[in-house]
Amino acid sequence: MIKGNFIDNLPKVYGIYTGGFLAFIIIMSIGEQMGMTAKVIGICFVAFTVAIYAIIGYLSRTAQADAYYVAGRQVPTVFNGMATAADWMSGASFVAMAGGIYFKGYGYMALLVGWTGGYVLVASLLAPYLRKFGCYTVPDFIGTRYGGNLTRFLAVVVLTVASFTYVTAQINATGTIASVALDIPFQYAVYVGLISILLCSMLGGMRGVTWTQVAQYIVLIIAYLLPVFWISNKMGAGFFPHFMLADEVSRIAELEAQFGFVKNSAENLKEVPKGLAGITKAHSAVNATPWAFISLALAMMMGTASLPHVMMRYFTTPSVKAARKSVGWSLFFIFLLYSSAPMLATLSKLSLIDPSLPTGIIGKSIAEVQSIDWYQNWNQANLMFVSDFNGNGTLELNEFFMGGKAVVLATPEIAGLPYVISGLVAAGGMAAAMSTADGLILAIANAISHDVYYKIIDPKAETAKRLVVARVLLVVIGFAGATIAAMEIQGILGSVIWAFDFAMSGLFFPLVLGVWWKRANREGAIAGMALGLISGAGYLIWVRTGGSGFLGITQLTFGIFGSAVSLVAMVVVSLMTSAPNAATQKMVDEVRVPAGRSILGKQ
Amino acid sequence: MSKQEQHWEKSKGLLMMTLAIWFIFSIGIFLFGAEMNEVTGPFGYPLTYWFTCQGSLGIFVILIFWFANRQEKIDEEFGFSERGDD
Repeated sequence: MIKGNFIDNLPKVYGIYTGGFLAFIIIMSIGEQMGMTAKVIGICFVAFTVAIYAIIGYLSRTAQADAYYVAGRQVPTVFNGMATAADWMSGASFVAMAGGIYFKGYGYMALLVGWTGGYVLVASLLAPYLRKFGCYTVPDFIGTRYGGNLTRFLAVVVLTVASFTYVTAQINATGTIASVALDIPFQYAVYVGLISILLCSMLGGMRGVTWTQVAQYIVLIIAYLLPVFWISNKMGAGFFPHFMLADEVSRIAELEAQFGFVKNSAENLKEVPKGLAGITKAHSAVNATPWAFISLALAMMMGTASLPHVMMRYFTTPSVKAARKSVGWSLFFIFLLYSSAPMLATLSKLSLIDPSLPTGIIGKSIAEVQSIDWYQNWNQANLMFVSDFNGNGTLELNEFFMGGKAVVLATPEIAGLPYVISGLVAAGGMAAAMSTADGLILAIANAISHDVYYKIIDPKAETAKRLVVARVLLVVIGFAGATIAAMEIQGILGSVIWAFDFAMSGLFFPLVLGVWWKRANREGAIAGMALGLISGAGYLIWVRTGGSGFLGITQLTFGIFGSAVSLVAMVVVSLMTSAPNAATQKMVDEVRVPAGRSILGKQ
Repeated sequence: MSKQEQHWEKSKGLLMMTLAIWFIFSIGIFLFGAEMNEVTGPFGYPLTYWFTCQGSLGIFVILIFWFANRQEKIDEEFGFSERGDD
C-alpha cells in the first residue's frame, strides 16, 4: 500500500488518514448518543490511535543505516515540519501549557516566546549547516568538526543528560494518560506507554519515528483546536477565538479588579490538596520584571537551538535549502497550537469566574458548587477544590483551586461538550507525549550506538550489527526512563525546563562556533562543553540547596550562567592553543556553502 | 575577495539582519512590557499581551521563511545553490 513511491503519495496517504480519524471521531460520537460509556470511548480513542502508530512503525521497518538514522534523507519540508512539531510539543505543552498561562499569566508567557523564538536561531545559525555536514547525530558533527574521541564523547554526555531529564517526564505523561484512559494502575501504565513508544521507533528508527510523528501531529492538533473552537462558539465568544477574544480578556481584567486578589493564610492553604493552585495573578497584565521575562525567554531560545532531538529532524531533509524551509514549517505547525493555548486559558477562566455565565461558579453558594456533577468528578480526580475560608457560605475567587492540567482536561466538560471530546483530548495528549518521547529516546540511543559504539569502540562493525546495537540501546534507555518515571520523583525530574538549560550550557556555543568561528578548536570545544555543563549543573545544585543565586538567575534559567561560562572558556582556550589545521578550516568553508557533496558523504 | 568569501560576507549580513529582528521581538519589546500593555493592540487585545500570545510568535514564523528565501537568493547569486529541488 505505501511501498515504492511512498514519498510521492504522502499527501494522499495522510489525507486518507486524517479523513479516517475524523470519521472515527464521528463514529464515537454516534456511539455516545447510543449509550457507549465514557470509559469505553476513552479506551477506544487511545487504543485505536496507538494501534495506528504501531502499524506505521511496522511498515517503516528498515535494515539500512541511512534509513534508520536519518530516514533516508528524503522527508519533504512540510511533512518534516509536522514531524518536528510533534517531536517538539510534549505532553507538557499539550496538557500543562494552557494551565500555566491560566495561573501565571505574563510571567509564563515567556515560555511561549522562548519556545518559538528559538527556531529563528535554529534556522539561521545551525540547521542548514549541520544538514550540509551530512552527519547522523549531533555529536557526529562535534566529533568531526573538532576532531578526537573526547569531544565526541563529551557531546554524547551533554546530549544524554539533557535528553534523559526530558524523557522521563514524557514517559510519565504517557503513563498518566494510559492509566486514566485504560483504568490501570500507574506503575503498569508507564510500561504500556513505553511499549507504545517503542513500537513506533524500534523497527524503523528515524524513518518509523518520522512517519508516526506526522500521524501524531495530526491527532494532537485536531484534539487541541477542535475543543477551543467549539467552546468559543458555544460560549458565544466568537467563531474564530484567536481574533475575537479581546472582550473576554478585558472582562476578566474587570472581574479581577472587582474580586481583588485576596491572599490566603498559610493555615488555610494547608487544607488545599497538593498541586492545586488558585488564581493569584492578573490574566493579561504585565506581572513580571523585564529581566525575569527576558532571561527565561532567552534560556528557552538558546536551549531550543541546542536540543539534539530537534536538530536531528533537520538531518532528514533532502537538501540544505529544504532544511531551512522546513524550520519555518515546523514553527508554523507549532504556532497553531501555541497561539491557541492562551485562548483556551482565557475561555476556561472566564467560564469559571464570570457570575453572569451559567457555568460561572464564583459568587455561587459553596453547597451549590459542590453539588455540580463536573465539580464532583474533577474533585475526585484531585484536580479541583473549593473551601469556605471566610465562612460566608459563598465561593470567592481565592477559595477556588484547580490543577494545571484541568484547564485542558476539564474545560470541555465544564462548557458542556460531549464526552467524545474528552476521549479525543486524551488521544491528543498521548500523541504529544509519545512523539516527544520517541524523538528523545532515539536521539540518545543513536548517539550512543553511532558515536560511542561505532565511531569510538568498533569502527569496523557491520551495518547489521550496528543496527542491532542501536535497537538494544533503544529498549534499554526506554526501560531506564520508564523505571525512573514509575518511581514518580516528580519534583526532581518533572522539570522539562531543566533539559533546555542543560543543553544550552554544554552544546550551544560548541555548535554555533563550530560553524561561525573557524578559529574554534578541539581544546576550546572540550573546555566549552565540560565547563559549561559542570558550571550549569553546579549552579542548579547550589540554588536547589538554598543558594541565593546572582543576577536574578534562577533554577529555571541556570543555562544562562552555564552557557556564559561555556562561551568564555571556549574562546579563551581556543585562542591560547593553536588554530585548527588546514583540513579542518577547509571543512568549515565547505559547510558554509550549500552546493557540493556533504562533508561526511554517504556512509 | 574570492567568490566564496563574498558569499559568506553576504550570508553574515543576512544573519545579522535576521538576528536583529529576532532580538527586537523576542527581547527588545519586553523591556517595555508594562508601558506597552497600556496601548490597545491588534484585535483589541492589550499590546504586550497580544505580542506574547500571537504577535512575536507569528513574526518568528514569517521571519524564518523570509530568511530562507533571502539565503536561497544569495546562494543562487554566487552559483552555490544545490541542484534539484526539494
